[in-house]
This record gives sequence, C-alpha cells and structure tokens, in this order.
Amino acid sequence: MFEPHISIQELNVFYESHHVLKNVTVGIPRKKITVVIGPSGCGKTTLLKSMNRLIDLIDGVKVSGKVLVDGVNIFEDGVDITDVRRRMGLIAQKPNPLPMSVYDNVAYGPRIHGAKNGKDLNQTVERCLRAAGLWDEVKGRLKEPASKLSVGQQQRLCLARALIVKPEVLLCDEPTSALDPMSVQHIEKQLLGLKEDYTIVFVTHILRQAKRLADYVIFLYLGELVECGSAETIFSQPRNPRTKAYIEGLFS
Amino acid sequence: MAFSMLVVIGSLLVMVAVVVFKGAPALSISMITQTPRGGYYLGKEGGILNAIVGSLCLAGGATALAFVISLPVALYLEEYAGKSKLASFTRLSLDVLGGVPSIVYGAFGFTFMLYLGVRASLLWGIITVALLVLPIMTRAMDEVVRAIPLELREASYALGATKLETVLKVMSRQALPGILTAVLLAFGRGIGDSASVLLVAGYTDYIPHSLFDPVATLPLAVFFQIGTPFPKVQERAYASAVVLLGIVLSLSVASRLLTKKFMKYVVK
Repeated sequence: MFEPHISIQELNVFYESHHVLKNVTVGIPRKKITVVIGPSGCGKTTLLKSMNRLIDLIDGVKVSGKVLVDGVNIFEDGVDITDVRRRMGLIAQKPNPLPMSVYDNVAYGPRIHGAKNGKDLNQTVERCLRAAGLWDEVKGRLKEPASKLSVGQQQRLCLARALIVKPEVLLCDEPTSALDPMSVQHIEKQLLGLKEDYTIVFVTHILRQAKRLADYVIFLYLGELVECGSAETIFSQPRNPRTKAYIEGLFS
Repeated sequence: MAFSMLVVIGSLLVMVAVVVFKGAPALSISMITQTPRGGYYLGKEGGILNAIVGSLCLAGGATALAFVISLPVALYLEEYAGKSKLASFTRLSLDVLGGVPSIVYGAFGFTFMLYLGVRASLLWGIITVALLVLPIMTRAMDEVVRAIPLELREASYALGATKLETVLKVMSRQALPGILTAVLLAFGRGIGDSASVLLVAGYTDYIPHSLFDPVATLPLAVFFQIGTPFPKVQERAYASAVVLLGIVLSLSVASRLLTKKFMKYVVK
C-alpha cells in the first residue's frame, strides 16, 4: 500500500435528511491522478468538496468522519480553513472566471494572500498562464475581461488561477464537461503534465476519459464506496460485480 | 397588447409634451440660474435655482445616507443571514416599508421634529427621504446580490479567500452595475417625492447654507406655483416640472451608460 496524501476516514455527509456519502474510507495517493467515477448523483462532487471544505457553504449540511491531509484532519476545530482551501486548488465543472480582467483573475489569489503589484507578480502570473497552456493565446489580452475568453480558455484560466496559490492538490470536478473536444484534449494534456508536481483528484462520469487519465480509481455508487484500486486492476479485473457492470457500460 | 403598449408609450409622450408646452413660455436661462424674486408664491421674476440646488442636495444626501445603510444590509442578507428567519423578516419589513405612502414618512419625521423642538431643515429632509428610499434601494440591491452565482463565491473561497475578501473583492464587483442602478433608482424616487418633504424640509427662496437651513425642492416648487391664481406663475410651475423631468431623464441616461461601462467585467 501507498502512503496516502489525503486519507478519508468514515466520512458521512448529510444534506438535511438526505444521506449523500455513506461511511466512505479511502486514501488518495500523492502525485498521481485519482479518478472518481460513478453515475450522476452518487456523491462524487460532495466527496470532492469535502476535501477543501467548500461543502461548508451548503445550507443544512452535516459532516462526520475525518479527512486527513498530510495527517491533519481538516474538519477539526481550529484548522485554518483558508489555508486548507489554498492548498487544495479547485477546477469547477463550469469555468468560473471572476468578474475582472484576465490578469486580475490570475493575480487574485496572490493578492489576497498579500502579494504586491509589480514585476514579481507579473512573472508569476505569466509562469502560471504558461503552465496552464494559455499564455500564448492571452498574452496580448491580459487587460480584457475574462468573460470574453472562449469557454475552453476560461477553464485553462481557472487552472492558472488555481496553480498560482501553490496548491498541493488539484481537485477537478468534471472540468471538461462544458468544453469542446479540442479544449478537453488541451486540459487533459495539461493535467497529465501537472501530475509530476501535484496530487490530482479528477471527478468524471465519462469512462473513456477516466481510462485516459487515471492512475488510481475510486468507484462510488449511491454514496457508497464500491471499489478502489489502481487503474489497471479496476478497469481490467474489477472485483465487485457492480463495478464490473458499470465499467462494461451496463448502467451509467 | 398593442393598445397597452400605446398607453405606456403614449402617456409618457403626452405628459412630457403637455409639461414642456405649458412651461415653455417661462423657460429661460434665468429660470435655472437665479433664485426667485418677489416670493415663490407671487413672484414672476427670477428663477428656481433655490429649488434645483435644494432638491439635488436633499436627494443626494438622502441617497448617500440610504446607501451606507442599504449595501451592508443587502450583503448581510445574502452572505451572512442566508435563509434564516431574521433574513426573511428583514425582507418582509422592507417590503412593508416600501408600501408605506410617503406622506406617512413625512408625518413620522415631523412628529420627531416636534418632539425635539427643531425647525424644518435640509437635515430632516435628508433623513426622512433616506428612510423613504431605503427599502427601494435595499430590495433592489438584495435582488442583485442574490443573483450572484454560487460558483463565483466558490471560486473565491477555493483560492483561500476569507468571507470579507469574497464580499468586497468579488461579489461587490459582480454586483456593481446593479448596485449603481439601485442607487439611481433611489435618487430618482427621492428627488421626485413631494409629500415626504412637505412637512420636514420647509420651503424657502434661498439656497441653503447649512444642513440646518430650510430648503426648497422642485416638486414643492411645482406644487406651490401651480396653486397661485396667476397664469404667469402657473407657467413657472410647468417650467419647474420640465427642469425636474430633465434631471430625472439625464440621470436615467447616465445610469444606462455607466451600467454599460461597468458591465464589461461582469460574468454572466
């Protein structure tokens, strides 16, 4: 077994009386792409949002269990929640640029964490836009509103914005579901390159995409963890009949 | 449907036409650059600068005062109070307040003034009109803030922003055009209301020099002048109405232009 970067232990999540995640225990390996698969509404997004406590924003949510990041339970009292979130970059399902220019979007993170305007910030912004594979397309449009970019570009902008606060983990919530095939390819390529430096958790309900990206797979079904393991094992010899049925496309 | 459209557009055009037509003989440069001579009720000379300045000061002051109360309430309702009982009760209170006739606000302010033993003044006009426009402004802002998508806030929080940073740097930016509209809406309501200021702001031929002076307002300039038996002075009432219309109209044009400018960065 590996030493997990994130270790989820007996995690239960309720929305009002709806039991969304049921006793989930799973480890997420460091600097690998872990793909979370499962049909819609099985709790994939909830699992993801538990890892950076964005789940706190939802009304009427109740969480029990532990999420350990490098051994520290992020749900414990006294944990610096803004620091937890800074370390867990999020790429949302729909690109969510902030209502400001391309440059200001990327610079937002460093600025709230105290960075001053100037050459250093400019260089950092450029470096992150390059890492997201967007620099060449936007270098002449930095002052334009981010909402003017194409959807695919916006998603890479969100990636750059996430990278700039130096996260350790990238949480990706079906980040390509709103994109055209070319943009999907683009994002996937960036992520495969980024796994050298980041632990990536990638939620998707597209099996082919899971197969392209995954080093490690978690299969959720109706809020329960059905099976997890290396991509090879899960995709070629799943142990659980439900996993097998899902992978063979008997239900989705 | 066509008839209804005609009523809407027609009533605007006819109203503007009547007011302009009737006021035209009295319209002159001196009308907007001089204070009245010979008393506002009887005088046929001079202008209504007193009322123009008075109205702008009063509506401006009231809008500013209402703004500093409205914005925190709107942001609090959304970001902190959520769906709590307090939030829905606050919204209900605002809706009820919004339905209270403006003369009641005036009477309310007047009672306070009597109790404190002070004279009608610009300050009391500002306070009363601020209360009058507060519910309009707050509810308009509330709707704007509520329309901010959750994803936008998530994006900010996910980068490690605090609640305050998210409110001040992201939500307020997204809401800026809507907030601006709310402010101008309130200003328009404030500058046009006569009943609320009738009792608390007084009326005078002079431009106010301090917050404690009584102050003339355009709606009351119309009201007083139209009530005279002299056709010459009645014409001046219509001319005053033209000035008031002009101010309100240029405001709404300005607000459209400004909104367009600030919409540039807004995420849809």
